[in-house]
Amino acid sequence: MTTRAPVIELRQLTKSFGAFTAVNGIDLVVAEGEFFTIVGPSGSGKTTVLRMLAGLESPTGGDILLRGERINDVPANRRPTCMVFQSLALFPHRTVGQNIEFPLKIRDVPPEERKKRALQLMAQLRLPEDYYGKNVTKCSGGERQRVALARALAYNPDILFFDEPLSAIDYKLRKTLEKELKDIHRETGKTFIYITHSLEEAMVMSDRIGVMRLGHLVQVGTPNEIYTAPNSKFVSEFIGDVNILPVRLAEGGRLQSDEHGATFSAPAMPANFSDGHLVVRPESMRIIERREDAENVLTGKLYNEYALGSRIQYQVRVGERVFIVERLRQQALVGRLDTDVLIGWNARDSILVGD
Amino acid sequence: MASASERKMRAGPLNALPVALFLLIGFVAPLLAVIGYSFMPARTFSLLQAPTLENYTGVFQSSSYISFLWSLGLAAATVAILALVCYPVAYGLARVFGRWSTLLTLLFTIPLFVSENVRLYGWILFFIKNGVLLGSIKSMFGVEFESWLFTEGIIVMGMVYVYLPFMLFPMTLGVSMVPVETRDAAFDLGATRWQVFKEVDLPLSMPGIMIGFLLSFVLAVGALVEAKVLGGQRVIPIVHEIELAFTYAQNWPLGAALAVLLMLVAGALVLLVLRRFDLDVILGRR
Repeated sequence: MTTRAPVIELRQLTKSFGAFTAVNGIDLVVAEGEFFTIVGPSGSGKTTVLRMLAGLESPTGGDILLRGERINDVPANRRPTCMVFQSLALFPHRTVGQNIEFPLKIRDVPPEERKKRALQLMAQLRLPEDYYGKNVTKCSGGERQRVALARALAYNPDILFFDEPLSAIDYKLRKTLEKELKDIHRETGKTFIYITHSLEEAMVMSDRIGVMRLGHLVQVGTPNEIYTAPNSKFVSEFIGDVNILPVRLAEGGRLQSDEHGATFSAPAMPANFSDGHLVVRPESMRIIERREDAENVLTGKLYNEYALGSRIQYQVRVGERVFIVERLRQQALVGRLDTDVLIGWNARDSILVGD
Repeated sequence: MASASERKMRAGPLNALPVALFLLIGFVAPLLAVIGYSFMPARTFSLLQAPTLENYTGVFQSSSYISFLWSLGLAAATVAILALVCYPVAYGLARVFGRWSTLLTLLFTIPLFVSENVRLYGWILFFIKNGVLLGSIKSMFGVEFESWLFTEGIIVMGMVYVYLPFMLFPMTLGVSMVPVETRDAAFDLGATRWQVFKEVDLPLSMPGIMIGFLLSFVLAVGALVEAKVLGGQRVIPIVHEIELAFTYAQNWPLGAALAVLLMLVAGALVLLVLRRFDLDVILGRR
């Protein structure tokens, strides 16, 4: 990845709407052919970043560089980029074929050639050939997704942008389309910049992920880096169900939890650490039989259980706090609800983060 | 005992009965009377004569068809000018003016509360020789111009002025129905502003435009006072002709035949447009 040339570079990219700063000084380099995903909750500014990249908003500060050239003032219709919108923004008054051919028609490509290319793309995206004359409004959600992607590919952009195109699709179809999208990325070799609020979706598809919060890019890394080494409480929570304990540095390099009146052994500590949060993933948190089975142990009450397919999630109450523990189905606890249990974890399975 | 749903089903038509009766007496009956009279011999006042087609054949032998052409021509010119004038304003109201749109809409609406005749006589005072416009120019610059009053042009202007809201508001609705992301997408796919307008804005705002066309055209075909007041009866539109037949000429059957023909022409045009532009198709509902 690092050997590839940078295609897009953002330098202190900023966008303000009146007094509100939606995007606040973002620095980022995306490599040629990379599948880069920006994740963040709604209002984090990720769509604004994408709209600036596409040329649909102009930055109020900073620069956007495309292969080293500043493109801040190049309008959307003259950028070699194309966007798949959240609403898909298909032309409802046109057929599937006309939608896909639109960018070709704009460039005065002869009709026969347009149709040939459209049918090619339809085949590539597994749209039946007889859909060519079908009204897009009569297509299903998944079919419309494919039409939107085909239309964007017909433009033959160097970079494709995706603004949460799968957010309105049901789970099963979304999973299929995620894989298809990754396949298309491999087949075309184009750079994909994708936006979603679902880190799970980002994990499946991306080469690298950037996490946005309140207009800032708070962490950039591979899916594995984001998952195993979140750099803040925000990022670790964003990944999904997670156990978080406020702690401070105590004597002997141990961590003091004031809430539980206990000290824990610490994992690798960030420089100058004084207080923060200890993060333990549900799969690293264990329900144990003896105190010696883990380095750090708390006693709680087994409060509830949820079946998650191959795993079972348990909720354990320790004081006011609820801890989440996940076990494989084969290791299900039977008849233990409302009884006291020991939960524990090892220091190397925990992560220390700031806010 | 009738079940609740049965009672509910009977309640619908029952509640509609007053309106249905009112429509029957106030709309259908006069319409039928007009149609009936159009087949009666000329200058008779009874509906019980032997029917005849002489009124219809008479229309094409007399000069009445000229009035027809005037009315259709003036209406067509009015609608064409309205379309050009209103689209940019509608675009502004729907997309650009933001919170000022409400105020502007109000400004366009308020004149509707003043009688059309009063407004047109206001125009007379403005444009008449030695009136507000020409009088001021004369006293300030000593130059005298011919008044524009009593010309075909001023009739069209008056009609454009009077029927503007009927084109503007449906059009504004039409423009506001075009999804912003669809326009963005077209632009992003390489379209120039003109191409975005031609390929996305225009076809997607077509329902509103068509409703505006139909409303203003049907109203303009039936326009009378603009020609009478501003045009000084230089042009006799068909509605004026119908009025004359019913009043001075005391020839109800002729007036009725003209009215029926006018309805047929306007109705045919409306049907033609609605067939050509199926609103549901444009809206993507079918």
